Amino acid sequence: MENRVVSAKELKASKQLDKDVVLAMRGIDKRFPGTKALNKVDFTLRKGEIHALMGENGAGKSTLIKVLTGVHEKDGGSIWVEGVEGEAHIHSPQEAQDIGIATVYQEITLCPNLTVAENMFIGRNKGQMVHWKDYEKRANEILKSLGVPARAKQELGNCSLAVQQMVAIARAVDMNCKVLILDEPTSSLDDKEVQMLFGLMRDLKSRGVGIIFVTHFLEQVYEVSDRITVLRNGELVGEYPISDLPQVELVARMMGKNLDDLADLEEIGQKKTAGEKVVYQAKDLSSSESKPFDFVIHEGEVNGFTGLLGSGRSESVRAIFGADRVTGGDVQVKGKKVNITKPHDAMKAGIGYLPEDRKRDGIIADLSVRENIILALQVMKGFFHPMSKKEMEEFADEYIKALSIKTASQETPVGSLSGGNQQKVILARWLLTHPDYLILDEPTRGIDVGTKLEIQKLVLKLATEENMSITFISSEIEEMLRTCSRLIVMRDRNIVGELTGDQLTQASVMKTIAGGER
Amino acid sequence: MNSKSKNGKKSALGQLLIPLTALAILLLFNLIRDPNFFAIKVAVNNDGNSVLSGNLITIIDNASALAIIAMGMTLVTAACGGQDISVGAVGAIAGSFFVKVLKSGEEITAGSVILGVLVCILAAVAFMMFNGTLVAVFRIQPMIATLILFSCGRSIAYWITGSATPQLNSPIIRAMGMTIPGIPIPTPIFAVVLVGIILSLVFRFTNLRLYTQSVGINQGAARLNGINPTVIKLLSFVLLGVCVAVASMIGVCRMAQLSHKTLLVDVEMDAILAVAIGGNNLGGGKFRIAGSIMGAYIIQMLTTTLYAMNVATVNVKAYKAIVIIVIVVAGSPVIKSKIAALSNKMKSGRQLSTAKGVR
Repeated sequence: MENRVVSAKELKASKQLDKDVVLAMRGIDKRFPGTKALNKVDFTLRKGEIHALMGENGAGKSTLIKVLTGVHEKDGGSIWVEGVEGEAHIHSPQEAQDIGIATVYQEITLCPNLTVAENMFIGRNKGQMVHWKDYEKRANEILKSLGVPARAKQELGNCSLAVQQMVAIARAVDMNCKVLILDEPTSSLDDKEVQMLFGLMRDLKSRGVGIIFVTHFLEQVYEVSDRITVLRNGELVGEYPISDLPQVELVARMMGKNLDDLADLEEIGQKKTAGEKVVYQAKDLSSSESKPFDFVIHEGEVNGFTGLLGSGRSESVRAIFGADRVTGGDVQVKGKKVNITKPHDAMKAGIGYLPEDRKRDGIIADLSVRENIILALQVMKGFFHPMSKKEMEEFADEYIKALSIKTASQETPVGSLSGGNQQKVILARWLLTHPDYLILDEPTRGIDVGTKLEIQKLVLKLATEENMSITFISSEIEEMLRTCSRLIVMRDRNIVGELTGDQLTQASVMKTIAGGER
Repeated sequence: MNSKSKNGKKSALGQLLIPLTALAILLLFNLIRDPNFFAIKVAVNNDGNSVLSGNLITIIDNASALAIIAMGMTLVTAACGGQDISVGAVGAIAGSFFVKVLKSGEEITAGSVILGVLVCILAAVAFMMFNGTLVAVFRIQPMIATLILFSCGRSIAYWITGSATPQLNSPIIRAMGMTIPGIPIPTPIFAVVLVGIILSLVFRFTNLRLYTQSVGINQGAARLNGINPTVIKLLSFVLLGVCVAVASMIGVCRMAQLSHKTLLVDVEMDAILAVAIGGNNLGGGKFRIAGSIMGAYIIQMLTTTLYAMNVATVNVKAYKAIVIIVIVVAGSPVIKSKIAALSNKMKSGRQLSTAKGVR
């Protein structure tokens, strides 16, 4: 199944790459203190191909990309790039750019307060005079030729995220890149925007650009990619043409499991039927960010808010938790009227909240795993009742084991963990407070398949075994259908439908979101 | 378990490595330059008390006010990600209140001193609350917010006491600023120890450290975990206020007079420097008070050393700047990562050579 890979020795002997290969990485090693991030990894990119780089969190995808872009220096192995004689030595992102390797990161790294043209040409004229008029003209030409719906003079910050991303790509393309790296480019785009981006990718492909596509969305891989390279635990699993590797097998290779183990991917557990007792009830709840809405959740129930990005699903749960300024409504927790205006009130009422944006709202990056885990419980205990070091260590140990969080030690700064493990730390933080009602907003975003599955299983387990009520939000509808017994559908900041039982199918959810029900 | 606590200690040492090394080099330099530099003698002062004297005592004594302010500055830095540049001016205000109370009666008595201390602390806290409100509630950048009192604080001090330079002639004041009869160590040193102990008790029995660091690192996330960032930031300014009050009383008592122009003048920059030398991130977040205290002593030792070398007063600041450049660059992330890489290399090299030895 694997393609024959030209060895480093052969490459050295021939001193040049095959005609259609733009990039060859051979035997790449990278060590970090205490871990071996990459172990003899090979990677080959051909002209005009979209090559998906797949692997779970911590598999070494980002490290490989960073070695290629000069962010990290490799400890061993060699890199050949078309047009560079002999081995390419890349010591800085600037050098990578100079030999035609361009990267567009997940977080957009352009300046939102500058215009589109300024963003496209900034930092590229080395000591020459700047002719903005020419640049604007050229920018418009490139944008037009790529079909990017933006104008040169427009302020970048006024464009949608997708367009900003496309401008970043246009910048890379205009720099005559041979290798374009797209690191999770679709994670903050909606379906339409994703299609726009894919169109652009296909266009570039036809122009002979080699594209490395890193993503967590399996469907997207199959939609645009020609080839897949799979990494696991810092080692190469293999390189496959897309047609040779069905989705299930890809998942199996990423996780290093047999197909049999994945049988439970479809049925991760029995859904729980909700109890009778109302745990949380809101009437006409509204916040600075959300319109008034009614909401109820019963004991042991798993429900979810669904809808497109920006439909108000996150804003609704933020209102429940008091994360935004609450402007009105009656709230009852377990039959008692409570006033929740700030997160601390919600916590006292037994509500936990895992926020959508892990980096911005979830982790305290420089603090240790231990401190991040005990934070919420410690705050609930109060300012004057610090836990003893021993107590904290025991709690942290317990949850590191229970959720199998991969960390060098309790004292490791949480920011240095992989995304999935960071998410588990925040999950541990809230589980430690033993909430009656737990809100999980996009707990599976940007994390690997294995962890996604673990989290879904955990949600069902908590509901059945501990009778916890859970609101689960995910932009992947399959996940919600698998876990939730009731779905609340939102559109334009309004609740437009509620689906239970037989209605819980992808088709009916889509229909309700799109407005077919009315 | 063992390796964990070892790791923790290692990182703590890592942050204190630069200030410790700087301190050691300064000590060594002085020792070589003048073996008698650190000689401590027992001398008899004007009041007839026998007291310890010598350069080392002078350094520790003179750094007291700075060390105390640096402790408070560390907290504000950690919580707010910025610095208070009005500490000197607020110190002058607080000192003026202190003197005003002492001078209100015929004579300075123990009662009037206690009242003075309370009023002084209250005044400093109140003015710091003003800074804190601007920073925490109105979200003004700390340096801009505190620029207000930085500019007008000494005028306010002047209004309180008037133009005169009040003299304080009292054994109580001398005891507070110099030495207590029968105790050979200068009182300000005890003040540093006392503030240090109180702060470490606060850290021991409350969550101040966890809350402050959380707010400093990620205010939004801290809020979603039930911490009130506004309160924590205000609290850091309140504690800085207490520190400033103590420092200003040390200054007033040492001179036995008040000069609103010179009391704690320029202390703000030295305090910020002490925080930085101590390895603390001026952008907020994780902090280490011990580092800042060490930073204060380094700055003072530098000054004393330069004076001992007969460097002219006008030149002292220039020489100080040179040494500080070295310390700050040595503690910069770039150099730190270089050193870490080097020590890693040496470690693996050593492992290789031992492996060969076995063979």
